[in-house]
Amino acid sequence: MAFWIASSPHNHIQSETSQLMRHVIYAAIPGIFAQWYFFGWGNLIHIGLAILTALLCEFTILALRNKPISKELFDGSAILTAVLLGICLPALAPWWITVIGVIFAIGIAKQLYGGLGHNPFNPAMTGYVVLLISFPLQMTTWQPPLSLLNIELNLSNTLSAIFTGFTLEGYSVEQIRTGIDGITMATPLDTLKTNTTLGLTVYESMTANVFGDNFALGWEWINAGFVIGGIYLIIKKMIPWQTPVSFLAGIFICSFIAYSINPDSSPSTMFHWLSGATMIGAFFILTDPVTGATSIKGRIIVGLLAGLLVYLIRTFGGYPDGVAFAILLCNMAAPLIDQYTRPRTYGHTKG
Amino acid sequence: MSTKTPNNNASAQAINETAINDDTANASQSSEKKAMLNAEYKELAIQGLWKNNPGLVQLLGLCPLLAVTGTVANALGLGLATLLVLICSNVTVSAIRHWVPKEIRIPIFVLIIAAFVTCVQLLMNAYTFGLYQSLGIFLPLIVTNCAIIGRAEAYASKNPIKQAAFDGFMMGIGFALVLVVLGAIREILGQGTLFDGAHLLLGDWASSLRIEVMQFDSQFLLAILPPGAFIAMGFLIAIKNAIDAKMKKAQVNTHDGTIERVRVNFDS
Repeated sequence: MAFWIASSPHNHIQSETSQLMRHVIYAAIPGIFAQWYFFGWGNLIHIGLAILTALLCEFTILALRNKPISKELFDGSAILTAVLLGICLPALAPWWITVIGVIFAIGIAKQLYGGLGHNPFNPAMTGYVVLLISFPLQMTTWQPPLSLLNIELNLSNTLSAIFTGFTLEGYSVEQIRTGIDGITMATPLDTLKTNTTLGLTVYESMTANVFGDNFALGWEWINAGFVIGGIYLIIKKMIPWQTPVSFLAGIFICSFIAYSINPDSSPSTMFHWLSGATMIGAFFILTDPVTGATSIKGRIIVGLLAGLLVYLIRTFGGYPDGVAFAILLCNMAAPLIDQYTRPRTYGHTKG
Repeated sequence: MSTKTPNNNASAQAINETAINDDTANASQSSEKKAMLNAEYKELAIQGLWKNNPGLVQLLGLCPLLAVTGTVANALGLGLATLLVLICSNVTVSAIRHWVPKEIRIPIFVLIIAAFVTCVQLLMNAYTFGLYQSLGIFLPLIVTNCAIIGRAEAYASKNPIKQAAFDGFMMGIGFALVLVVLGAIREILGQGTLFDGAHLLLGDWASSLRIEVMQFDSQFLLAILPPGAFIAMGFLIAIKNAIDAKMKKAQVNTHDGTIERVRVNFDS
């Protein structure tokens, strides 16, 4: 008789990858719903297109690599990547943006490195950054919330705008973005950045209608939706709580210091938390088990570092939002951080 | 660097010695020598173009390789400049190889290369000014291209002038080919054209060479920026390795594998 010897931990639920991925996708639903409510069908169409492309791309490469197709194709990781990328794209970006981004994310950032579990960079964020660097015009034409639009944007209009660049009535994407006063509306983060360079104070620029009544019209609810999903994941123990908490704490520390020193040109912590991609980054992307740090101390360091980087890029960088760049930089640093934050083995002395 | 150089230095040395004793050699010896010389040239060509390609295998001179291959014209310009410098420096290093003290050979090689690079730079400044401007700092940076000093150190300093010149030519062609292929890939993906700006290098007639491969609404900036160069380079190396693996597989495996016992320990 042979004893089956396995290394610790000995007591764990035998959950599979696909289960984890499925739960993460479910958890994204509140955020996606908020996005749909405020920005229309655009992102849902992009998510659908992304999933389709991701499955095709994954299937092709798995077939080329002689891997078990049915098992790896539906483990949910490709679908999750596609969903996350679809959420991040501007709602009215042309269709080929999604296709190129997903092909890059799945084909190059994930499969070329050896597939799930071997990719050093988060595939969705890699795809997003590739798009942002390659097509800055299309990737920054964010559409303002539906309530600020002059043109009614229903499902068929959105579809037509994504696939042809014009709505059924012939309005271009640029015209959709233009408000009643003839000025193109941008995202709250973008507006704030432009206004502060123009010399306006934060308080003055907050009166623009993209900011709404609170912090950022529409965006605050999308971020709230992702917080709900994130809390669900933490309760289900799908993601560690240290990463998002330390990430948000990092942003809080930076923005609190800046706000205390110079309240005129630095927005509040709540604005940083509830606009842009902060929450989806904190709960869905930074917590990626493959590309993040693994030790508890390492996760805290990675979170704080990401928070600092997001704040720095938003405040001093060339791009309005820096979550994707910050997360990729942290992915790069994660192995080193892991190296120096190894937990002490039981029975061994320190050092 | 030295680990990757071809192992043909010894045979080249042998040829060198026979060349010195040429007066006493008879007819059969000279024909044998000719055959050996031909084999040597063939080996040099294979090494330079494929087996030991400075761009794909030695990965030397990556800085200009990745930085200026945005278009075919730029790549070709830099490739030709490197080729010229490589041939001239190989010939000179080989010609003075008997009088160069071993201890200070590297500074001497660098000075020789720098002199030729200055010549090439002045020539390009005079005759292809547009290209000179678009290559910018990477033209004088040929001095630091490891492929050139690598060949001077590994081959030219130990072999006669003719072989050294041929080696420089083949290595230069191999490097230029990689540059041009990379430039073509990046130009097609980035802006959908080929030979854009070729008139800067070849004169006004070459502006008709410009081919519009694809029409884009917007440029694919990634391909033009340095990350695109790294990714395309990775793909080129992968393709080369795949071809090599396929060729190896196609060759009949004749030697019988000997059974080896390997002690496995878990210390590492």
